[in-house]
Formats: sequence, structure tokens, C-alpha cells
Amino acid sequence: MCTCHTFIFLCYYEYNCDREQSKMSADDVTKGVACTLKPPVFLHFGGGDSKTQGCCSGVCVIDVALPPGKTIETITFKNFYTALVSVRLQRRSPGQEGAAAKWCTALRDRPLMTNPHTEAGAQDYYSIDRKQMQVEPDGVSSIRLILKQPSSAWLTFSVQDVRIFPRMQPVRKGRIDELSDWLLLVFPPQDPLDVASVSCRLQQMWALSQVMQSSQSHAASVGRFDVDGCYDINLLSLT
Amino acid sequence: MNEDAELSQTIAQLVRRLKGTHLHAQMEREARECLHQPEIQLDSLKDDVRSFLRTSGWERKLQNAVHRELHVGRLAPSLPAVPAEHLKEPLAYMRKAQASWERRIVKSLNSMSTELGVPLARMRPATEQQELSNKWNEMGTDEPDLSRFRPVYAPKDFLEVVVALRSPNLNSGEDAGARSHWGLVQVPLGVKDIAQLRETYAELSLATGQLGIDDNAHIHPDVFENNYIDIGKKVLAKQDSAAAQQYSRRGCPTGLRADLWALILNSVNQPQDVLHFEQLKAGVLQHDLLVDNLIYKDVKLTASNDDYYFVFEDFLYQVLLCFSRDAAVLEHFKYNSATPPKSYIQGKEGDDDYAVFYPPNGVIPFHGFSMYVAPLCLLYNEPSKLYSVFREMYTRYFFRLHSVSSACSGIVSLCLLFERLLQTHLPQLFYHLRQIGAQPLRIAFKWLVRAFSGYLCTDQLLFLWDRILGYDSLEPVAVLAAAIFAFRADNLMEVTSLASAEAVLADLSTLKVMPLIQIFLFAV
Repeated sequence: MCTCHTFIFLCYYEYNCDREQSKMSADDVTKGVACTLKPPVFLHFGGGDSKTQGCCSGVCVIDVALPPGKTIETITFKNFYTALVSVRLQRRSPGQEGAAAKWCTALRDRPLMTNPHTEAGAQDYYSIDRKQMQVEPDGVSSIRLILKQPSSAWLTFSVQDVRIFPRMQPVRKGRIDELSDWLLLVFPPQDPLDVASVSCRLQQMWALSQVMQSSQSHAASVGRFDVDGCYDINLLSLT
Repeated sequence: MNEDAELSQTIAQLVRRLKGTHLHAQMEREARECLHQPEIQLDSLKDDVRSFLRTSGWERKLQNAVHRELHVGRLAPSLPAVPAEHLKEPLAYMRKAQASWERRIVKSLNSMSTELGVPLARMRPATEQQELSNKWNEMGTDEPDLSRFRPVYAPKDFLEVVVALRSPNLNSGEDAGARSHWGLVQVPLGVKDIAQLRETYAELSLATGQLGIDDNAHIHPDVFENNYIDIGKKVLAKQDSAAAQQYSRRGCPTGLRADLWALILNSVNQPQDVLHFEQLKAGVLQHDLLVDNLIYKDVKLTASNDDYYFVFEDFLYQVLLCFSRDAAVLEHFKYNSATPPKSYIQGKEGDDDYAVFYPPNGVIPFHGFSMYVAPLCLLYNEPSKLYSVFREMYTRYFFRLHSVSSACSGIVSLCLLFERLLQTHLPQLFYHLRQIGAQPLRIAFKWLVRAFSGYLCTDQLLFLWDRILGYDSLEPVAVLAAAIFAFRADNLMEVTSLASAEAVLADLSTLKVMPLIQIFLFAV
């Protein structure tokens, strides 16, 4: 009994250590990493000599530098009059550590504004999930956002407040696997457990409970508008 | 975020909103009581309770409540970083314009209070409370001296704000060219064109029977009307909000309209609603507000002078005074671009514990506000029921008619829709009116802000509001405005000044609303 207690304690201790290490990026996971964007490059055509400025082609390229080897879960940003966005990633494939990083298209021409000439969607918040990307965003060293705004109705267009949400690092499997194997030996299960579906459901329930906890209770308000029976106010405040 | 996660979050938000409501308490009580019944077995408890709730009609009530939540305002987006102000209004320049308009209104109200020496709020002494309680049902007989009070603003003041809106990122340096817009509204919001309107309002097409057209005295009722009324009775029997909303698109029969509208808005008049109304009445008796005088003045100037609505004067006072005390209305500011004016209890300025909203419901009435309530008096004669239907209609639709926002049912979009329809389909008329200095929007704006209340004959107005409820949109109001200009185009082409154009369009009481909309959308 002593040994199993020690064993469980050791596993728990190591699990917590792993959590400590990944705790530094816990905020990253919840709030995302705000990225520094390089200055946007607007593509022009025409205007060969330095005197005439070429016409704006309605395409703008923004590079986002990342620390190497990042895995991306979601990219979120606030739109500013961009009609379509494409995402290209410079990454190293998992099996080719030594090779040079290659550019590949993760998302092509995702519409942000339903009509490029009108304001709908022009200042909305958007997110791009890894499931919506054509390639796995692992080992990414650089992101290139290609913004398109074909309408001449607008003076400028860009995206703001780009945030990268990294993928949550899975806990080191070794010790936990050993623990679960050992538990199964000691307490053989009556029915075979489908661990994957149970953990999936647990995750969803956890997410729901987080939403419920963080919200204030929306009880039907009794609706008194005064403060302790007093409603003698001065003038209205101008803020 | 993938769709499953979004759905889970939507469900979580809906559950959060419905938790703590009366429906929730009632359903819990019903579920607990049904456990005594013999057909509820312990092994299949969950399924048995569920089927009990379904057969006893509670599931339908829950469905109606969910239907209401999905249609009211916007559910918060799934992205964590979106600030609350973005939910109220996504475009920054519109938020700014609304904020500066509100500052003007607040300044005006403050200066009115200081100049007239009338406090914004005061506690009524007991004798005065008793006096008011005695004449609660006949406040119309009172003739207080309101000559010193003037409305805080009129629709034409608000029109100047809408006309002055400019999108800072709009490239207006180019020549007018293909993007020329002859109207007053200069912001490029997305509005529907006739093809899209035909698709959206397909039930109004020439081939579909309508109330307002096919219930004409010349047409035998067996052709359409009798069958349609039978369907309406079935819809009411089922008590399904979504079905009632779909039904209302082709009009509501006069005898069924009151119940149908209450069902669509999920405005069930339970004892607790009557109690709530009594509580609001107590609030009116206890405190006298400056806005009360504005309400009195507005009713006296508008509804009391109207041939159809003057009989409801007493009801209007009751409903509007109680409305101004209802703090539950503050909920709608989550999805309204407006913000309620704030103040502090005297002596506690700056202390947030003593911060209050003024008026308690956050809505400052303007000239013509009482006309939002007046048509409803034709349908409901019980004050608490009338009040709860009005509150639902205001927090779903009417608030959009006097706040600056980019919503597609917002007043700015309606104005733009009206002008675009007119310019596209009656360019000669629009050009002529522009030349003589009679911009069409200057004439039509007052119709749009009031959703035609007080301008149309009452039964025609109710047909129009049937469609507003049925389609959950105020676009029919803008379409009707353009259709009226089209109808009177010949006369308008003859006029040579703004005053004569207004005279041509002064009297709309003989117009039939549905044929005008139908011809404009489907027969032009």
C-alpha cells in the first residue's frame, strides 16, 4: 500500500511540475499572444519611375514574426476594411528538421466582408482555427497575411490586434500511462471504458461549466431603480 | 472555432439567460409535481419527465422562450476578445456619432432642468401620491401647465445627425461617377436591392393570398379569407411562436391579431407580470420625474390630437409613465448602440454605489414617442397586457428607429434603403425633387421614425406592423415609403417647392398599404 501511495504521489508531483512549466503559457492559451506585425506592404502596379506612384492594386501583405517551432491553434484579429484574407505559413514539416522552412498556403481568400463596397463586416473580429487551415500549422516560424480589398471605395485597409493562440502542450505521457496501466491492473474495469469519448465529453462539460461559472447569475431582476428609496439626483453626467 | 464549440457556447448562453426566469421556476415545479404520477418510472425518469413536459405543453412554452431569446438582440460572439461595445455597434464612427448625440440630449435635459427650476427627480409627498393614485385611470382630465416644457428633440433634429454621418475611411475624393448617390445619407451600409427584397419577402408576392388585399369586400371570403382564419385559429391553438411569426407574414385577422402578436413576442400575461406592472405604478406614484412632464406634453401634442387615438389618452399616460420606471428595459442596451444617461444621488457624485440611470429605463422620450404605444391600444384593453406587449415591441424594434447604428433594421439603413430604391426605380422623380430642394428623405423621415404610426389609417397600419413582426425586420417600413412616392409620382413631378411636395404627401389616410408594397416589389 505504501509503494502505491508513493507511486501515486510521484506521478502527481511530476504532473504538477509539467503543469508549472506549461503554466507560463497558460495565459497564452487563454488570451493569445499579441503579435508584432511588420509594416504592411501595399502592392502597386505601374509607376515605374520614382515620380509617379503606381495604382494601388488592393493587395497588401503583412508579415508576422514568431518564435521558431510554434504550433498554432487559432489566429484571431480585428478587421479594418479588408475584404478577403489569405494566410501563408513558413514552416518546417515534422519529419524534416534539418531542411529549410518552406512557404505553404494555409487559407486562401477567406471572405471577411460580404460586400467589399459596404460596411458590413468591416470592423468585426474574426478567428481562423487550425481545422480551417489546409495544412497543419506546426513548426511555424513565420506567418504572412495577404489582405485583399478590391473596392476603390476605401482609403486604406488592414487588420489589427492579431493574436496567436498556441496549441496547449500535451502533458508528458509516460508516467500517466504507467499510472493508468497500474490502476487498471489493481482495479480491473467491469465495462471497457472508452477513454477518448469520456475525456471528450469531460472537456466539453468543463468548458460549459467555465462559461457558467464566469457568468453572473441572470435572475429575473426585481428592478428597483432607486438607492434605498432615494432617487434625488443632481444633474446628468456628461461622459 | 469549430461549429460544435460554437453551438455549445450558444446553448450555454441561452441556458444562462433563461435560468432564473419565471418559466424556469414554473417548469421545475411542474417537473417535481409530476413525480407523483404513476406513469413516471424511476428507471426511465429522465425520458418520462421529458415526455410529460412535452404533452402538458411546457416544452412548447420553453421553445417559445428560446425562440424569443434567439430573435432579441445578438448573442455574444464566441471570440473572447470582443468588447461589449462592439456587440452594441461594430462600427467605431457610428458609436462616436451616437455618443455625441446623447451628450447633446443630456445637455439639453440638464439645461431644461436648471432653467425651469424643476428637479430631474423628486419624491412625492404622501398627499400628492394619494391624489395621483385616485386619478390614475383618468390622468387625461388633468390639465397641468406644460407651456414651459418643450420636447427634448424632434425627429427632424435626429435627421440632421443621420445626414451628418461620414465614414472616415470612405474614399470620397473620386468623382461621383458610378457610385453617385443623390440622397442625404452618405454612409455605404449594405442594403437590399429589389431582387433581394423579392426573395426575402416572397410571401408578399402577387401569387400569394394576403390580408390587406384578398380580404377586400369585393372578393368572396371563401376564396381566401375563411380558410386563412381557420389556419390562424389552429396556430393559436398550438401556441407556437415560430408558427405564429410565419403566419403573420400574410397578415393577421382582426379577431386573432391581439393573441397572435402576444404569442409572437412571447408576451404571456402571467400574474407576476400584473404584479410587475403594479410595482411600476408604485414607482410612478413615489417619485415625480422631469420626463413625466415630457411624456404628458408629448401625449397632449400628438396622440390626443389624433382622430383615432385620442380616446386612449389615459392608457397612454399609464403605459408610458410605467415604462419610464421599468429598470428591466435596461437589458436591451446590451444590443442597442445607445447608452442610458447616468447620474448620482445628490451628495454622492462619483461614488458608483450611488450611481443610477435616468430615467430608470434609460430611454428619454422625444416628440412623437407616444405614437409607438397608441396603435397597440386598439388591440389590448388591459393595461398590464398592453404594457408588456409594448415593452417587447420597443426592445425588439422601435429602439432602432431613434439610435444611430449600422444594423439592417436601424434607422440609418432604412433611410438608405428608401433613398436607394427611389433613385434606382424612380430616377426622374428623385432628380426632380432634388432640383427643387425637396430631398425625399426630408419628407419621409418622420414616417420612418414613427413606423407610420399616426400617418396611416389604423387598420392599414396594423397590416404593416403584422409584416414587421412576421419578418422580424423594419424594412417593410422603408419599402412602403418608397412605394408611396411611386404612387404619387405623377403629382410630385408637377410640384415646384418642398412645401408643395409635402402637401402632396401630407394625407396618407386613404392609402392601402399592402397593394402599394406588392406592386412596388413585384410589379414594377
